[in-house]
Amino acid sequence: MNFIETFGVSLEAILSNKVRSGLTMLGVIIGVMAVILLVSIGEGARVYITKELTGLGTNLLIITPGKTSTRGGFHPPSAGTVRKLSYDDSLALRRRAWLLTDAVPIVLGTGKIKYQNLGRDTMVIGTTPEFQRVRNLFVGVGSFVSQGDVDTKSKIVVLGTKVKEELFGEQSALGKVVTLSDARYRVVGVMQKKGTSLGWDIDDVVFIPVTSGQELFDTDGLFEILASTPRAEDVDTAIVQTKDILIKRHAHKEDFTIQTQGAMLSTMNTILSVLTAVLGGIAGISLLVGGIGIMNIMLVSVRERTREIGIRKALGARNRDIMAQFMIEAMTLSGAGGIIGIITGVGLALIIPVFVDVLPTSVSLWSIFMAFSFSAAVGVFFGVYPARKAAHQDPIQALRYE
Amino acid sequence: MIELSNISKTYRMGAVDITVLSGISLNVKSGEFIAIMGPSGSGKSTLMNIIGCLDRPTSGTYHFESREISTMSDDELAAVRNGKIGFVFQTFNLLPRFSALKNVEVPLIYGGVPARLRRERAMPLLQKVGLADRMSHRPTELSGGQQQRVAIARALVNNPPLLLADEPTGNLDSRSGSEILDILTALNRSGVTVLIVTHDKDVAARCRRIINLKDGQIINDQVMA
Repeated sequence: MNFIETFGVSLEAILSNKVRSGLTMLGVIIGVMAVILLVSIGEGARVYITKELTGLGTNLLIITPGKTSTRGGFHPPSAGTVRKLSYDDSLALRRRAWLLTDAVPIVLGTGKIKYQNLGRDTMVIGTTPEFQRVRNLFVGVGSFVSQGDVDTKSKIVVLGTKVKEELFGEQSALGKVVTLSDARYRVVGVMQKKGTSLGWDIDDVVFIPVTSGQELFDTDGLFEILASTPRAEDVDTAIVQTKDILIKRHAHKEDFTIQTQGAMLSTMNTILSVLTAVLGGIAGISLLVGGIGIMNIMLVSVRERTREIGIRKALGARNRDIMAQFMIEAMTLSGAGGIIGIITGVGLALIIPVFVDVLPTSVSLWSIFMAFSFSAAVGVFFGVYPARKAAHQDPIQALRYE
Repeated sequence: MIELSNISKTYRMGAVDITVLSGISLNVKSGEFIAIMGPSGSGKSTLMNIIGCLDRPTSGTYHFESREISTMSDDELAAVRNGKIGFVFQTFNLLPRFSALKNVEVPLIYGGVPARLRRERAMPLLQKVGLADRMSHRPTELSGGQQQRVAIARALVNNPPLLLADEPTGNLDSRSGSEILDILTALNRSGVTVLIVTHDKDVAARCRRIINLKDGQIINDQVMA
């Protein structure tokens, strides 16, 4: 009995009980669909974050005060007094670290910005003119913070588009005076519209000179220093150079941390790959449950068709003919379920981002391949036991079965 | 053709061994027309199953066309059933989802005959048993007599030298039963060895040799005039 013949018999058995076959397949369909969909969402997040981070430039160095290590280990806070990063540190880096094109000091805080009777809590970034170049954010109307503003601690502010719209609506903001945490600031510029990146609304922010920021938040330290090198190959040497300069200035203590965008990217990548694998694994469990459903139905089917098995055996069917018939039936159920699952899974993965824009998806070929081969394997694995049971029926017992 | 010598069959029911056949020796020559009779529980069905290679004896030897059966593997037995033996059952045992034609083709499928040839061989047989206009009907759409004729066509499709019929008229009215017996008689005349298990004396009366079983033993074996 050849394959096509056996396949015909199996298909006939599947079609003769459409509702039951459909419900059995549904288990596999949902399993395969879930695997593809969840892996696509995980992959989508990874692709999205990679794109966002590399958009900022991978040769970016982020220097933060305090020593933390990305390589694990525990650093007790009593290891020494932590010296803050200062504005002078950033100046020193700019002067002496020749591999760095920029060393941008940043203070960060929140403040209430008010204009007439309108107010808004927003993020306040104190920085220097080079910020624009390092972070790829540029002023749209008017001017950005200038070096002169930094040197003289000017009370000027550059608004993000969202803040501008909230406070001024359609009218021009340039030259207007706003109140920022009880101090009066003059608006000199409005940023270009950028939208959301990594869940942070870049437009809901205001920029002031770093020195004014230190005064506003009553600190002489910095939140971080953003530095950049022109070439990606120089990143490692630039780190060494930066360390040298800062350690000398910090009483020979390494009480700061230098992270690179590249390192952050690879950390993110690792985390999200694990996340994707976990999501896929959870979905895989539902595929397993679908497989058990197939086994359950196949066992019922074998029992129901005991007499048929007996007749076939009496007419000359060998054990392997019966085995093949039920195996192919189980594999057809799981295979067809797998294909329908792939279609619905890929379809949903493509449709979801259209309606839910915070859920980017990326359909990867390997997840389709994985889900399908896993569902086929489920069919084989859970088909074997019922098929063996069918094949080894005693023909006489089977013929007498009512 | 069939040589049984000292065949015994015991079943294990829990802790007790039940002997169904004991010391059966029997020779059947090619072309014979035999009825096996006996009350229920006499072991006639078990004897039939052993002759039909559906079951193996517990002890004794069985030669079918000079080949020892009791040592054959499951696959070898399946091949013998497929090519050498045709079965007709009391309950017809057709596959309910298949048409009459497809039912007749089943033994050919397991014999490895290609689809095109199968139709060519199955259709004349259905015509021969008078069902030319019923080929595409399913068993449920046929009367008992018609179903049994499909079963006979199925049994004959591989041209087996031996036909085994287990109470072939048991579920039929007397007219249909007599038609079936006519077909079996005609087959025997054309050279097929026919063995009928029955408890109906009228059926046995049409055979040329009657074997009586009781308590698993042959108590009478007579050739009719």
